[in-house]
Amino acid sequence: MIETIYGLQDETMLVKTTGNVDNEVESTNWVEYRNAAGELVHRSAHVTVKGAAVAASTVGSIG
Amino acid sequence: MANTQGMASSFKSELMQGVHALGPGTLTPARTIGVPDTVKAALYFATATLSAATTAYSATGEVGNSGSYAAGGSAVTMAVAPSTSGTTGIFTPSAGISYTGFSAAAFDCCLLYNSSQANRAISVHTFGTQTIVAGTFTLTMPANDAANALVRIA
Repeated sequence: MIETIYGLQDETMLVKTTGNVDNEVESTNWVEYRNAAGELVHRSAHVTVKGAAVAASTVGSIG
Repeated sequence: MANTQGMASSFKSELMQGVHALGPGTLTPARTIGVPDTVKAALYFATATLSAATTAYSATGEVGNSGSYAAGGSAVTMAVAPSTSGTTGIFTPSAGISYTGFSAAAFDCCLLYNSSQANRAISVHTFGTQTIVAGTFTLTMPANDAANALVRIA
């Protein structure tokens, strides 16, 4: 059973699509389900962040 | 031997732990030893305008309450203290974040902020635009090292 915008629905009644993105800022896997009318009724995603916040540090010279 | 100018690597991680309070102390908060701040992660629509110039959490542009996501986002787990890896100060939340029964269209940004200190911003992280429909959104943290940590002071 899959949680959808219409509540729990039998997975066999839905069309499942999966995909992934892997680049310099993220690694993402997603899954979506559409009903017979082609309506998106469920979509989940799992994102691993790669794009970190990096601060460069330095010190100044005295004198 | 010769002297070498540079910022102490230990200082970089200690900054993230609130060890140093430089200057006249105008912004220095009262602290209790052993009591960490609470850091939260909020999600924002792709139409929002967060950046390094963001100074604090704002509800403007934030995704709406849905499923287990409530305004402001949830607290991140900080079981591992900031540290240094080589000469880089590093910090990564020790667990990912997951929202269930969640729906939100076209969001691509997560703001880490300190909810214990006037919601001051820590960092902005972007990813490919996501739409979640009655589903689960999971944000997994990268490895906590000099090359991958979520927050790095090089």
